[in-house]
Parts: sequence; C-alpha cells; structure tokens
Amino acid sequence: MAELSNQLMGITVLAYLLAMVFYAAEYAFGARSHIGRAAARPARQLVGAGAPTDDISDESPAVAAEPKRDRGELLGTIAVGLTWLAFALHLGTVVTRGIAADRMPWGNMYEYILTVGLVGSAVWLGVLTRWPGIRHLGLFATLALTVLLGADGLIAYAPVGPLVPALNSYWFIIHVSSIILASGILLIGGVPAAMFLIRTGYDQGKRRFPYALGAKVPAAAALERLTFRLHAFGFPLFTFGALIAGPLWAEASWGRYWGWDPKEVWAFISFVVYAAYLHARATPSVKRTTATWIALLGFVTMLMNLFGVNLFFTGLHSYANAGGM
Amino acid sequence: MRTALVLLFLWAVAAIPGSVWPQRPVSPERVTQYFREHPDLAPKLDTLGAFDVYSSAWFAAIYLLLFTSLVGCVAPRLRDHIRALRTVPPDAPRRMDRLPQHAAGEERTDAPAEAAQLAAKALRGERFRTKIREHADGSWTVSAEKGFLKETGNLLFHAAMLTVLLGVGFGYWYGWHGNRILVEGQDQAFCNSVTQYDESSLGPRVQPSDLPFFCLRLDDFAATYQDSGQAKSFAAKVELQTKQDGPWAPKEFSVNSPLRLSQGNIYPLGHGYAMVLRYTDRYGVSQTKVVPFLPRDGMFTSEGVAQFPDINIDPKTNKRDVKLQLGFEGVFLPTVDPNGGASSIFPAENDPVLFLTAYRGDLGVEVGLPQSVYSLNQDQIDNGALKKISGDRPQRLTPGQTMTLDDGTKLEFVGTREFATISVRYDPAQPYVLGGAVVGLLGLMLSLSGHRRRMWFRITPREGSGSLVEAGGLPRSDYPGFTDEFGRLVGAARGPEEGTP
Ligand code: HEM
Repeated sequence: MAELSNQLMGITVLAYLLAMVFYAAEYAFGARSHIGRAAARPARQLVGAGAPTDDISDESPAVAAEPKRDRGELLGTIAVGLTWLAFALHLGTVVTRGIAADRMPWGNMYEYILTVGLVGSAVWLGVLTRWPGIRHLGLFATLALTVLLGADGLIAYAPVGPLVPALNSYWFIIHVSSIILASGILLIGGVPAAMFLIRTGYDQGKRRFPYALGAKVPAAAALERLTFRLHAFGFPLFTFGALIAGPLWAEASWGRYWGWDPKEVWAFISFVVYAAYLHARATPSVKRTTATWIALLGFVTMLMNLFGVNLFFTGLHSYANAGGM
Repeated sequence: MRTALVLLFLWAVAAIPGSVWPQRPVSPERVTQYFREHPDLAPKLDTLGAFDVYSSAWFAAIYLLLFTSLVGCVAPRLRDHIRALRTVPPDAPRRMDRLPQHAAGEERTDAPAEAAQLAAKALRGERFRTKIREHADGSWTVSAEKGFLKETGNLLFHAAMLTVLLGVGFGYWYGWHGNRILVEGQDQAFCNSVTQYDESSLGPRVQPSDLPFFCLRLDDFAATYQDSGQAKSFAAKVELQTKQDGPWAPKEFSVNSPLRLSQGNIYPLGHGYAMVLRYTDRYGVSQTKVVPFLPRDGMFTSEGVAQFPDINIDPKTNKRDVKLQLGFEGVFLPTVDPNGGASSIFPAENDPVLFLTAYRGDLGVEVGLPQSVYSLNQDQIDNGALKKISGDRPQRLTPGQTMTLDDGTKLEFVGTREFATISVRYDPAQPYVLGGAVVGLLGLMLSLSGHRRRMWFRITPREGSGSLVEAGGLPRSDYPGFTDEFGRLVGAARGPEEGTP
C-alpha cells in the first residue's frame, strides 16, 4: 500500500504537470491568445492585440463568447479534465498513504503538505466549477500544485510510520485537519491575489513580464473579490485551527497553550499578516493593490511555516523530526 | 485604521527573531550553546532581548500600543453602534435614482398606505429593521436597514482580542509552574513546593507559600515502542495525596491526558532511566543511590553521575576524609549494540549495560557553588584533586554485577528504575483566554460574512387612485450579491399583484 501511494504520488505530479502544459498551450494557441486571435480575425484584432479585453468577465463562461469551437477551448477542456484526473490521483495518494499507515495521513511533514495540496486542489476545482471563466488561472494553480508536491516529494519525503505519542489525540485530527483545510484555501487564495496584481499592472499599461500575462486573466475587480472571498473563508478557519484547536491540544500535551515554539510563532505571524490584509482592505485610504500585496505576504508566511520552519528550526512540533516525545 | 495596520505589521515583524534565535523560556540549553558558539555576538543580542523576545520591552511596547489603539478605536465605534441600534433607519433620500441600486416607479392599484404596509411587511420578513413614514405631500416612505450583526461581530472580535490579552497577562501574574524528575518508587515521593522542583517559576503575584499542597509518587512508568524504536505510548501510574497525612489515591496520566488537579495540572514531558547503585566502603558500610541519567538520543543512551561524598567514615574517629570521596561517571545503554557501538540501539531495556568510570578524591561539592548533579566537578579533575581510578576503559556492568575498586571497595549496579520528567502548571486565566478566543472567532465569522445595507421605498399617490412605488438600495460594505437581493426585495415588496418585478 505504501508502495502504491508512492507511485500514485509520482503520477499525480506528472498529471498536474501535464495539466499545466495544456493550460500553457491554451495560452499560446487559444482563441484569446495573440496567436490564436490573429489567426481568427486578422486585421482589426492585431492592432489591439495587447489591449485589455473587457469582455473577459468571471461570470460569463470563457468559451461562450467564442462562436465556434477552437483549438484553445479544446486544449483548455483537456487541461481541466487533467486537473480533475490529477486531483483523483492525488486523493488516491493520500488515501492509500492513510491506509498504509493505518491512521489519518497527516503524521509528518510530507503527509501534511501532501494533504494541504489536496485541499488546495479541491478548492481550485470548486472555484473553477463555480466560475468557469476563471479557467485561465489554471496555469498558475497547477504550477503551484506541481511545485508544492514536487518539493514535498523531494525535500520532505518520509517513509510510512506510526504516530509519535504526542500526535495520538483527537485534537490532532481537529487541529491538523482545520489547519490543512485553511492552509489549502489560503494558499490557493494567493493565486487570484497574484493575478489581480498582474492584471492591475497590465491595465495600467505595463507590458513587461509578468504583467504581459495580465492580458488573459479575468477582470481585476473579479479577481480582487475572489481573493477576498477565499481569504475571508480561510482566515477564520485558520484562526480556529491554529489559535484555538492548536492551543487546546498543546495545553493537554505540553502543559501550556502557547509557548512561542517556532511553528506557533509563524502561525501567529500568518494570523497577524492576514489580519493586516483584512484591515487594509477595509481601510478606504489603502489601495486595493497594497492590501493584496499584504495577502501575498501572508502566503509567504504560510509557505515559511510549511517548509522553512520544519527545515530550519527545531521545535516541539514533531512533523519534521519524528523522534522523542 | 492606518495606525493599526502599521502596528500589526510591526508586531508580525517583531515576532520573527524569536523563531530565529533560541529562546530562554523554550530552550535554555540552546541559548547557552549559542553563547558558547558566538561569544562576541551573543551578549550584544542579549541586551536587545533577542533570547527572550516575547517578554522583551520592545515587543510589549508594540502590542500595548496596538491594544491602546484598539481601545481607542473600538470604544467610539461601540458608542456609535449602540446609537445606530437604537435609532430608526433614516428617511429616504430625495433623489433615489442616485443610489447604487434603484428601481424606477411602478404603478400599483392600492393606496399608498397599504402599499407601504405591504413593502414594510416584506422587508420585516427578511429581518430588516423598518420604519414607515407618512409625509405632508401624501407620500409614504419605508426605510429599512439590515446587517448590524456585522458590526456587532467586529466589535465582539476586537473586544475578545482584548480579553485574550488580559487573560494571558493574568495567567502570567497569578500562574506558576515547576519541572522535576520523578523516579519510580515509594522512597522517591515529591511534594509540591518550590524547593522540590528542579526548575520552577512563579508569577509576580504568587508567593512560594501559595502553592497548593499535594504529594505525588510514581508507582510505575510504562513506555511501549515500535520496532523502529519510535515511541508508541507512555503511561504513568501514580499515587496522589492532596491533604497533609491524607490517604494516597491511585491516578494515571499520559501524553495528551494530564493529571488535572483543582489547582494545577501534571504533564509528562519526557522519561528516562535512573541507576540504582550500592557502594560498600572500606568499613563495610553500604549506601544506595538512585540517580537519574539523562537520555542524550532517541534510543535513550543516557549519561549521568553518581557521587558518594559521605563514605569511608572511620567509625573510630567518626571523621570523613574528603580524599576518599567517590564519584562515578556513567553511560547507560538500555539495549547495547552487539557490534560494540557507543550508543544504545533500542529505547527499551532489552540488553541493558552500564559503563562506569570511577574517580576518587575531593568531589568539590562543599564549596557552596551550585553544582550540576549530572556531571562531576571538572575543575577538581583538572587540578588533580579528583583522580580516575578505574582503568583507561570504563567498566562494563549489567544489572546485578559488581565492580571492585583498587582499594577493595565495591560498587554494585543493582538495577534501574524508570523516571518521568513532569511539569506541574497552574494558569488560573486559561478558561478566560479560551472563552475570549471562541467568542472572538464567532465575532470574526459574523463580521466577515455579514453585509450592512439599507433599502428605501417611496410610495407616492397617483392621480385618481393607486400609487407609484420607487425603490432604492445602498450597500454599506462591499457586497457583490446586493444587486440580486435588491431585485428580489423589490419584487417581494411590490407584492404578488404586479407579477414579475
Ligand atoms: C490585536 C489587534 C487587532 C487584530 C488582530 C485585528 C483584527 C481584525 C480583523 C481580522 C478584522 C477583519 C474582520 C472584521 O471585519 O471584523 C478587523 C477589522 C477591523 N479592525 Fe481590527 N484588529 C486589531 C486591532 C484593531 C485596531 C487597533 C483598530 C483601530 C484602529 C481596529 C479596527 C478595525 C476596524 C474598524 C475593522 C472593521 C473593518 C470593516 O470591515 O469595516 N482593529 N480587525
């Protein structure tokens, strides 16, 4: 079973990678790409090829506007299909890992990140189903997932093992599952946040990399709203997982509910940074782009907690080093 | 709000050093190690509070400013909010077509008063606070407002943050904790007092005499392991006495399920092995010591010392000769490596071996300096006052074996007992902190999910009979779904009579 899980993991990464390639192909050859558009409607569109296109809204399915099925739509559909396939494989990886270990598959850093990725993927597919027009962001979502899982497999891999006693608690399930869910949502929240910044830059006439990508993403306001929604959903969940369930468990296990262990420090930092994002967004005198930069900063602090803290610092959280009590 | 933003940022940044440099309250050993490795840098960092960031003055300054600003922010908002809750929704603006949402006048057959009642009823059905007004020109207006829970939630959240901060502060002032090693056995009982802890700290408002009475002894400590040596479970069977000379009651605790007392809880932090050593001196007098050895790796290779200062006392003179004191340095391997490795290969006692080095001479324990009980006084060894008397290689002993020293005296390795490292903690404010956090979360969810909005209807009489109904809506927070809601409300307020809005 453990073997199967490892193989599925490999295939999952490949599937995300393949989905990414198809999204990229859609960018390059789709009807909305410069090349695609030039082919479809030569003269007039070529002139305005770089201009922001107003018809791209997140509510209208991207393809409905196009009268005939073009290569781009086909590629995009394949990409979405592949993302679903990758998600199914990903789910299989997590489930087989859990069966192999005979417990919830969140016992060490490798499994933890694996499951965070799964949640991120599920959230992404949920968003995609609700707002199909946002499909073009798939390139970034699958890129993020490929990198996350690739790094997980390469850096954090650990063979199947039992839980250290401290993790053997029902608070383990509550604390870790809520944080995994929240991390997945907040990490995916970084995708529209980055796209919003790119799109705003593009709308202001910037054409350098990465702003050129802004040509094909949904309208800035829609991206900004999606960013907020994901954060407004993920933030309370994170608060619950990291600042309520975590301390409850820490109290039972270590005798203190908060002890500034490096993982606690970084969860606190993420909390404060995301609180700053929500503040900034609610402050009229602060620009939306500034607020969104803060959300991205929150994204960085989450990554720091996922990878950095486990690798650079030693603490009580035993995901990284499974020895001791 | 900008101030709050800046301070929030500062707070996040100020928290970072505490994860970079070792912190005294978390890992004092690593702080000592850092001082050893960076003798120049460490003292400078220390003056900046880098080794105890979270109780440093500058960290406190940031959050105190932040919370001051919070009070300054929330108090007026609370006042405004209470006022808003008590005042009726304002009358409709004159130009409703300037509102973000507007529905032009629609004709109805019923009189303005009835149409107004119908609209108000529909709004109330949607839990809007509504107010109907009749105007001198014969027109009627219906004002409605909804979404006060958003602001309530926001205020609740910020107030809860304050509660949490105060709770943490009170817990620090009135709480205390102590750590110690508790070895198995009736003879190793310990009672709750500052002097009996290896390490303890009392809050500024706690006196040593405030500690509640209880005594504890460890009957049995059991650990189980996976084949890999990774721990599977720990459980401690103890007996607890809560009244002076009262009865001893059997209790248990393990990882994740502490022993909860009325004031303070007992948590297991770690465990290890204590050596039971019996020394028989030149006069045939024997002394037994139980000395905990500290594990140095996950397989419980453990190190420690046994010191016998009060031995070889001549029964004739009743004088002690400090030159005849004995010290033993040892390494204990619960499962010795058959290939001769220096470390244990499994944490349980499958094949226990103790390696001992004996020293004789002045142990230097009376100088009055605080001394580690886990190592011999290195100065005494360096200056020759304490000499190694066993050979070059440590003596290997299994339980029950005896080593004979050069003067014919004997040391018997009687066996081992397990010990648990326990932490006793009392934090009286814990329930308030938890309550604050839970209320805060509820407030946060209300605040993030709610939308404050206003609706108005103006109903003017038509020539002859019937009326004209105009509607306007104002979302008071970012609320993309308002258009839909507005359409629905306008439809509902106009009643079934008109068909589709
Ligand atoms: C401990 C420090 C603080 C934390 C963790 C914090 C956190 C938050 C969070 C997470 C929100 C967004 C959720 C909501 O809308 O209620 C928020 C909103 C808000 N905060 Fe704070 N805050 C803090 C301090 C302050 C201070 C000092 C002020 C006053 C300047 C303040 C004023 C506000 C206001 C006015 C909102 C509502 C914005 C709106 O939706 O209209 N907060 N705060």
